[in-house]
Amino acid sequence: MSWRIWSLKKSPWVFHVNTGACNNCDIEIVNLLTPKFDVERFGIKLVGSPRHADALLVTGGVTAQAAPRLREIYRQTPKPCVVFCIGACACDKGIFTTGYHMVGPVDKIIREIDPKAIIAYVPGCPPKPEAMISGVLKALSAL
Amino acid sequence: MPDALLNLFWILIFPGFLFTVCLGLIASWIVRKVSALVQWRVGPPVLQPFYDVMKLMGKEVLVPQDAQRTVFLAAPLIGMAGVLLLSTLLWRVTVAPTKPFVGDIIVAIYLTVLPSLALILGSSASASPHAAVGTSREMKLVMSYELPLVLALIVVVIKTGGQLSLAAIAGQTPALSISGMLAFLVALLCIQAKLGFVPFDIAEAETEVASGVLIEYSGALLAVWKLMQAMLLVALPLFLVVVFLGGFGTSGWPLVWGIGKYVLILVLLILIKNTNPRMRIDQAMKFFWVYCGLALVTAIALAIIGNSCGISWL
Repeated sequence: MSWRIWSLKKSPWVFHVNTGACNNCDIEIVNLLTPKFDVERFGIKLVGSPRHADALLVTGGVTAQAAPRLREIYRQTPKPCVVFCIGACACDKGIFTTGYHMVGPVDKIIREIDPKAIIAYVPGCPPKPEAMISGVLKALSAL
Repeated sequence: MPDALLNLFWILIFPGFLFTVCLGLIASWIVRKVSALVQWRVGPPVLQPFYDVMKLMGKEVLVPQDAQRTVFLAAPLIGMAGVLLLSTLLWRVTVAPTKPFVGDIIVAIYLTVLPSLALILGSSASASPHAAVGTSREMKLVMSYELPLVLALIVVVIKTGGQLSLAAIAGQTPALSISGMLAFLVALLCIQAKLGFVPFDIAEAETEVASGVLIEYSGALLAVWKLMQAMLLVALPLFLVVVFLGGFGTSGWPLVWGIGKYVLILVLLILIKNTNPRMRIDQAMKFFWVYCGLALVTAIALAIIGNSCGISWL
């Protein structure tokens, strides 16, 4: 294992992208920073710019308006980076499967511009914070 | 030739680059850990800042299409050079005060401005609207806190009888008087703004302007900025210790006492950081110019009266 991957596992900084979620998953993401879960123990930090990020936490089933923004943010993130689909909508459009304005899911949009992107799925409506932590750990150990 | 080598050793290893960087990264761990404890969390492991820098070094460096490449790439190095000189100067005054002239308080003032100047240069070269907002805030902030800082140092110069040399000032303790204490408190707040800590993290506000000045920096360049901030975390409190609190010793009890003073300043900075909300830029300007300005005019008047009447505690 190279030192790059090793240090990436030690300090994954995440950027939060909402592509049309109902805000439920977003609340659960913010939960990760509270004293109960405190992901800073593992070096995980929420950052304000995709340029600083190592992982994108994407919520929502990607509306037609959000899709170009999601592609732009993925391009702005320095590689290597991991994309996390948080929640049922981001994984598989959830209850919006037949929605006329939904162009997702997230993995389809990302794969259009980078077929080799590393994508992890955390299903649930919303997923529990424990599930997200376990998803992050599994995705990082697969790097 | 050995002289040049010795100087290089001074700047690059001890007590310059390597030593200050390691100390600064540990200090930034202390900041994060104490913040976590204040918020009833566990906080990151000791080596977390080292992991962060190592990871950033291994990441891709992206330069925005419209950015002014040369300035964008050079700015972090300019800032780093400024802090490196400042910390070497301060450590040298501390470790070897009897050596010939290496710089006085005026050089130190100029060197403390250099990191902010580099930040302004780099972010305005990055062609991002968020960075532009951050740049304008950073400029206003620099204008706000430089005046009180210089006034506070004038109080020190008056109290120490017109001394400008850092080594001579380090021998005295101006903070043990009313005017010196006032100046020390104001200088502490200026240092808070220089480090970009809450309540003065206006230029970097993550929730408003998405890390503002640093928004377009990635990979190794961001790592250099992080290292610069870590070194500032050593250099600026050390500057206060040297100027106001009588400096460090090199062995025995004076050394322990000196470390105690440094930790005291660091803890004060962290507590201010954790108990205050972010200010708006106009509030910060008003705070520094009106309130800190008035406090310092009083302090200067007290210091002059104290000097001419021979009352040392004034």
